[in-house]
Amino acid sequence: MKLPGVSEFSWRDVATEARLLLIGIPVFLWTMIPIYHMFLFAISPKEDAFSGKLWPDHPTLHNFEIVFKQQHYFLRDFYVQFWNSTLIAAAVGVLTLFVATAAAFSISRLKVPGGRMVLNLALFTYFIPAAFLAVPMYRTMGNYGLLNNHWSLILAMVTIASPYAIWVLKQASDKLPVELDEAAVMDGATTLQIFRLVYLPLMMPSLVAIGTYAVLLAWNEYLYAFLLLSNDQEITLPVALGNFLAADDSPWELLMTTGFIYALPPAAVYYAFRRYMVGGLTAGAVKS
Amino acid sequence: MAITLSGDQAIPGPPLSSRLTPAQIWGIVLLAPYLLVFLAFVVYPVCYGLWLAREPSNYVALYNDPIFARAAVNTLIFLVIGINIKMLIALFLSGFFAQQRTWIKWLSVIFILPWAVPSIPTILSVRFMLNPEWGMVNHFIFTFTGDDGPNWLNDPTVALTMAIAVHIWKSLPFWTMILITGRLAISHDLFEAAEVDGASWWQKFRFITWPSMQTLYVTCTLLSMIWTLGDFNSVYLLTGGGPADLTHVLSTLGIRYLRLDQLSLAMASIVCAMPFVLPLVYFMMKRLSR
Repeated sequence: MKLPGVSEFSWRDVATEARLLLIGIPVFLWTMIPIYHMFLFAISPKEDAFSGKLWPDHPTLHNFEIVFKQQHYFLRDFYVQFWNSTLIAAAVGVLTLFVATAAAFSISRLKVPGGRMVLNLALFTYFIPAAFLAVPMYRTMGNYGLLNNHWSLILAMVTIASPYAIWVLKQASDKLPVELDEAAVMDGATTLQIFRLVYLPLMMPSLVAIGTYAVLLAWNEYLYAFLLLSNDQEITLPVALGNFLAADDSPWELLMTTGFIYALPPAAVYYAFRRYMVGGLTAGAVKS
Repeated sequence: MAITLSGDQAIPGPPLSSRLTPAQIWGIVLLAPYLLVFLAFVVYPVCYGLWLAREPSNYVALYNDPIFARAAVNTLIFLVIGINIKMLIALFLSGFFAQQRTWIKWLSVIFILPWAVPSIPTILSVRFMLNPEWGMVNHFIFTFTGDDGPNWLNDPTVALTMAIAVHIWKSLPFWTMILITGRLAISHDLFEAAEVDGASWWQKFRFITWPSMQTLYVTCTLLSMIWTLGDFNSVYLLTGGGPADLTHVLSTLGIRYLRLDQLSLAMASIVCAMPFVLPLVYFMMKRLSR
């Protein structure tokens, strides 16, 4: 119990604070070292990067210039690949929202016969490790003739993102009172009007969370992108980053610079929508 | 009612429309996109894959492949040791981050970063740090001890440990965040009452925190185990399965077979994991679909 104005100094508080710092400092270092190392490479000339210094002798933005001017063999399609990543992430976000919102509305509000079973099937898919599904998915996309086509990655990512999206949205829409729908029906609203005018506005926070989730999932995806796309003009940024490793003397400082640029948008999106993400996503996962 | 009259042309014929209300028809229409995705990209690939893996000879080939046995053992180590260490740290840190301090609030914002940024650049960053000649880690070892550091990723045990560490680095924030939410849901009155009774730190954890969190903790551990089975990046990007294919886990092994054009072996290796995966999935579904 602390009274304002009274001296609050006590050895016990100091000891508590010191103990917390003893945890906090290692946590900070553990979290930041790989990220700082990436940043360090991005601002270092090649000689400094390979010398193991904690801060370069001559910090420079030259690496960024090389990336943005596509002045290296590995970077000659940087803008195309960046655009591919953007386009695919946006498409996955939109399609996942469409598929999942429609399904959640149908299962939760319209109580469609068999909805329960579909939800269970979706949950089942959610629990299949993505790397396991990747193997047959690769072959399937080949059978559909979609390999090396952006649609293969978009559809694969929608398949992976929707189960969780449906599940979270279904949980959220179960919480909306039934009376809302009943009142709208009394007023003569059609099902579509209820969906558009009552359901969507009320679900907005969850929709933002799920849209962000799907966009980040698609932007960050490596395995599927690397299996399904191979042409330099079609691949996304992470695949291009992986291709750097093919060379014996990879330009690591450029790899890290490109990686840094690639990591910025998802970090920014995450922090911008953090409030929604934490609320919307953990609410689903925490239900025990 | 007015709605049925203003209804849509989409209603196909009287027998169906007499059994289904317009709302139910809309329900089916709205469910259709997901069902199509599910049929085309889950049911078909899974059935096709199982069909490819039907030959018993595949399993004999797997049994005779030492890399498969090694990958199975590595996967078990990854799951049983790696995940439990991760979840214990997450449980511990959730208590730390639940403290009300401004600097801890800020630290929690930073702490989320590994989860918010894509794994490929950060894992590659770690990979270079561990480079025996130019990596930061061995530079430090040399500066402080004058000895050359080990060739980290060239020893299978160390390399697998590092892959587990990278996995923990990446997914610890997520699980900590979930456990914090669980911790904050515990009524504060209980802790105040315990404080009045002079309970120790351990007693508070043992008799208040743990009983209210154990279900969540076990759920998270199982869920993390299932998902970690699919963690391709931590191993592939750090060690590439090397040295000498000794650090593969099942997910990277499946992709390795796929790259070698041995699709039926890839599928067979996944089928072998199913006896472990399916009970976990079944258990999780029972828990979550209530």
